[in-house]
Amino acid sequence: MKPAGFDYARPDRLDEALAVLAEHTHTARVLAGGQSLGAMLNMRLVTPKVLIDISALAELGHIQADDGMIEVGAAVTQDQLLRWPGLKEQPLLAQTLPWVGHYQTRQRGTVCGSLAHGDPSSELPLVLAMLKGAVVLASQRGSRTLTAADFQTGTMQTAMRDDEMIVAARFPLAAPGCSSAFREIGPRRGDFAIVAAAAVGDQDGVSLGIGGVADTPAIRRLPWLDGAGLDDALNTIAWELRGSSDGHASAAYRRTQVRNLGRQVIGETQHALFNR
Amino acid sequence: MGMVGQSLERVEDLTLLRGGGRFADDLAEPPGCLHAAFLRAPVAHARIEAVDVSAALALPGVTTVITGADIARETKPFLSGVKVDAPQFPLAVDRVRYVGEPVAIVIARDRYRAEDALELIDVRYEPLAAVIDPEIAAGDDAPLLHNDAGHNVLHERRFRYGDPQTAFAEAAHVVETTVRYPRNSCTPIETFVVLAEHRPGEDTYEVTANFQGPYTLHTVMARALKVAGNRLRLRTPPDSGGSFGVKQAVFPYVVALGIAAKLAGRPVKWVEDRLEHLAAATSATNRVTTIRAALDGQGRITALDYDQLEDCGAYLRAPEPATLYRMHGNMTGAYQIDNLAIHNRVVVTNKTPTGLMRGFGGPQVYFALERLVDLAATRLALDPMELRRRNLIPGEAMPFTTTPGAVLDSGDYAATLAKAVREGGLEELKQRRTAARAEGRLYGIGYAAVVEPSISNMGYITTLLTPQQRQRAGAKNGALATATVSFDPSGAVTVAVSSVPQGQGHRTVLAQVVADELGIDPGDVVTVTDHDTLKDPWSIASGNYSSRFAGAVAGAAKLAAERLAKRMKAIAAPDLNVPIGDVELVDGLARSISNPDNVIALVRVAAKAHWSPLSIPEDAGAGLRETAFWVGRELREPDEQDRVNSSGAYGFIFDYCGLEVDPADGSIRIDRYVTAHDAGRLLNPALADGQIRGGFAHGLGAALLEELAYAPDGSFLSGTFADYCPPTASELPELMILHDQSPSPFTPTGAKGLGEGNCMSTPVCIANAVADAIGKPVLTLPLTRPRVLELLGESEPADPSPPRPAIITSSGNGHALKGNGSHIVPASPEEVWAVILDPDHLAALIPGCHNLERTGENAYRAEATLGAGPVKGRFTASVTLRDLDPPRALQLSGSAAGGLGTATGQGEIRLTPVEGGTRVDYFYAVLISGKVAAVGGRLLDGTARGVINQIFTRLADSSQSQTEPKTETMPSLRSRLPRWLGGAP
Repeated sequence: MKPAGFDYARPDRLDEALAVLAEHTHTARVLAGGQSLGAMLNMRLVTPKVLIDISALAELGHIQADDGMIEVGAAVTQDQLLRWPGLKEQPLLAQTLPWVGHYQTRQRGTVCGSLAHGDPSSELPLVLAMLKGAVVLASQRGSRTLTAADFQTGTMQTAMRDDEMIVAARFPLAAPGCSSAFREIGPRRGDFAIVAAAAVGDQDGVSLGIGGVADTPAIRRLPWLDGAGLDDALNTIAWELRGSSDGHASAAYRRTQVRNLGRQVIGETQHALFNR
Repeated sequence: MGMVGQSLERVEDLTLLRGGGRFADDLAEPPGCLHAAFLRAPVAHARIEAVDVSAALALPGVTTVITGADIARETKPFLSGVKVDAPQFPLAVDRVRYVGEPVAIVIARDRYRAEDALELIDVRYEPLAAVIDPEIAAGDDAPLLHNDAGHNVLHERRFRYGDPQTAFAEAAHVVETTVRYPRNSCTPIETFVVLAEHRPGEDTYEVTANFQGPYTLHTVMARALKVAGNRLRLRTPPDSGGSFGVKQAVFPYVVALGIAAKLAGRPVKWVEDRLEHLAAATSATNRVTTIRAALDGQGRITALDYDQLEDCGAYLRAPEPATLYRMHGNMTGAYQIDNLAIHNRVVVTNKTPTGLMRGFGGPQVYFALERLVDLAATRLALDPMELRRRNLIPGEAMPFTTTPGAVLDSGDYAATLAKAVREGGLEELKQRRTAARAEGRLYGIGYAAVVEPSISNMGYITTLLTPQQRQRAGAKNGALATATVSFDPSGAVTVAVSSVPQGQGHRTVLAQVVADELGIDPGDVVTVTDHDTLKDPWSIASGNYSSRFAGAVAGAAKLAAERLAKRMKAIAAPDLNVPIGDVELVDGLARSISNPDNVIALVRVAAKAHWSPLSIPEDAGAGLRETAFWVGRELREPDEQDRVNSSGAYGFIFDYCGLEVDPADGSIRIDRYVTAHDAGRLLNPALADGQIRGGFAHGLGAALLEELAYAPDGSFLSGTFADYCPPTASELPELMILHDQSPSPFTPTGAKGLGEGNCMSTPVCIANAVADAIGKPVLTLPLTRPRVLELLGESEPADPSPPRPAIITSSGNGHALKGNGSHIVPASPEEVWAVILDPDHLAALIPGCHNLERTGENAYRAEATLGAGPVKGRFTASVTLRDLDPPRALQLSGSAAGGLGTATGQGEIRLTPVEGGTRVDYFYAVLISGKVAAVGGRLLDGTARGVINQIFTRLADSSQSQTEPKTETMPSLRSRLPRWLGGAP
């Protein structure tokens, strides 16, 4: 469990980082918190020639709210965001962050790193997709912004090009009159979710987001339904996503939890909105 | 008041908590030390055709590469408990028999470079059929692991005690069940560490390893190294990051590293990493047990009949098959059962060899026995606790010899059970169950009554021999424990034991025991916890296993301290001017009992013995050092009727718990867990409770979470702690611990072991409670949430809209991917067919394809870089097409191998003309093994989908480019081809 040899660059400025990335397109990886990449390096699942450590880039250390968005720089750890006082403006993010890994891993793991990794079970890609957020990508050629749906394309696959890196993620603030809920089930607390479910509801209906079942977060908009109507809608979603089997759970178990957790988060959202 | 029995704070903790521990990896490396890395088998069963190490050797910084041929030349095969023709070495010699089996050792300037070189070793494997299921492996036509042994069942014996046949014939009730105990491990946080040197002048090996014993294995190692015992100097470090039995299994690596140091001519160090540990260190045995009980009309069990099929993995590694025999005297559990039949078989399968593990044999036996007792209670419509009570061995019968020969030393089991019921609040749990059930909730109560053996008899393993074989081989018995206590000239006391502490608090307890005998403050005692086989007393039973510390090792320390105290009194008596019988040692003084003002400081007594040896009484002896050997007199060899007192002391545990199952997700909430122990005298109650909590955590993990999982082809699927799931603090409920203390008459301290008991009782107690909650039998573990939901057996609502538009779907268990799907390609079937069968076009379809060549008619060899996101590996694949039915269908099969793993698979493609082009239907089934299967099972499926999606996107693009080149917006296939073919991954 020792990584293959690599060159290590720890630039002081973003433009330096992008220059190194441009110079070593295809063979460089960006390192932020290293909570996924570190393990993959040690297992030699990835063997980059150059590692560009952006954790010290002051330009990427910001969390700010403007334009109805919380923008989180690529060097911001999950714990920093969790402790940020303005987080209450986006309750779903606040509800979800404690489920991201463990206290220890959140000290180093970054918000944008989790998005870049694109694990289908990860909580943060699910939240970004739920909120119709976006990632800001930069390269020497310039920068572009991709919506969550356009960004993550599959299991650990994104639309990020080899000379690009995430510089920030943008989470829209909660709209007034919304409520949200998050639940997940995994083998143990802090594990990768077998199924994760998030809901954001408003007067007209509810959005349901499911992680861990399809290759990317799946978001569905539903009218407010009860009883058999909700059962049917959740069953349809479960079968659309279908899921696959692995050592932790069967596809059938995943579908069952789409129905179960989906009902729970929708119920919690509904309760918060209408029975308050 | 004595120190023994008090909850003294651990003397170990201040140093450990400040980061001052001296663990194996902390010890200084000698100058010139090199580092080793192991190449391990990626497949479960294969013949090694060739090993080419030239590229690895050519890498700068690499000193030596050792293969099985070197090891076969330099060592003798390891001895094991059963004499069969199934030789085993620290490296695979001509065949690999489990995933993770060491194949070669690279020795280099550092570990990084050594691992670089591993990737350059080229091993050619000829795959053999693997067998994972013990029942299949035990069949006569199963693939053989060891050809010369002639069968995979390497040991079989039947035992009969009393008259089980008549008892079953006359029984009012007979109950039977078959259970499967899974593979799990105790996964200490510190992995194996070995630092080896070889001194060629004397052909002596000096090894430091975090070995835990038993020291029977020292003999095994020395023999393998072809040296006498005094030429294998084995040292252990002062501190340990846990073992739970597991560190016994470092012994093959001690031999491997010894040879590595010899051949490299330099000291060599190896630190096992977590991937190596989970895949290949060791494991508990998995066992299939069919158990029957005969009961009379009153619910008395009159006979038991066991059929045990023990799976020891690929080799019977010493001391196996000890897991099967450790419990032999306890096969009747906590019950008085006069008739017993046992059929034991030991089978080898293509899995990691098994070894010592906390609980060692107990979890397997009690999972069968205590599940069966519950089934019997159901059959007789008796309360499961009542049925247990009726069968418990009565307290007045102690010491009680069980039907298979264990001499249960002390205890009043019924009294401990009654105490647990009373103080643990069983009635309250029953009320909760009633209330919950009234609301339709799934609440259950489970019980387990367990006898916990400790201090293994060195002769128990010989029960596997027939009495005639034993007579020829000579008796093996006893359980020597060794301790040394000394006063130095300053009057300070030092204790050393031939045990290897693994964090339990040996130093604290030894100080308590010795302080009481010598009348001194335990804070003044220093205990040495590292061990050196050349300088320190030891014997084959030495080490830290079978919960032997409190009874045997602390007992030996007590004996040594008693002797030393006697001599101190003899030295002090003339100075006090009183007879020896009037001297007591108390508060650091030798004191006259009759005249407590008449005292002399012990430091002066000690100083006198050192400075003026001629001035002390001759019968007080010379030198203030006492080494005691305690043997365990009751631990006789098995008798002619195969009865064996397999352990020196036996504790009793009665557990029960109330829990609730959530039918929505299968999760289990433990409402209350009560564990009542009688482990004899408690030397330090706080440390005892710590041991019980640790055993409970392991037991809970085994019950709910932990399994070393293998695929049917032998691929290992639990390669990281993301897939092998020991419980964390979040998963552990509060534990209510109760104690009785019936001192053992057979151990010097009156103490018995207690650290393993909950590994035996907790898994089955939880299983019984879950069975009670859901009203269905629980026949295997772990009870993961998905598995509990499966047991509940509710079918899921149907897919509302079949048939679905075709998408890629697949189902498997991570390593076995099966999928099917279909795509519409805007081209005629003939055009699609042409693309598929043209090597150039085919190459362009495969993402990351570097080259593709035709190797025969309809046979191809390709090199491609495949993967998902950043995880990519270069694979060499060979693919054969067959059953060609142009332009309608073809079959393909092939295999791929690369650094990330290997894959074998087959598939089918069907082309059907449809409006707008051709529908391409496909089906694939792929088995993946090696690194990605072990660590990435969760992600393989999505990755495979990603790769296949890319292929069809390209197929659609390329067919389109042929048919409608003018309307194509993307660059045409022909213009992209050169880029793909020559392009970077």
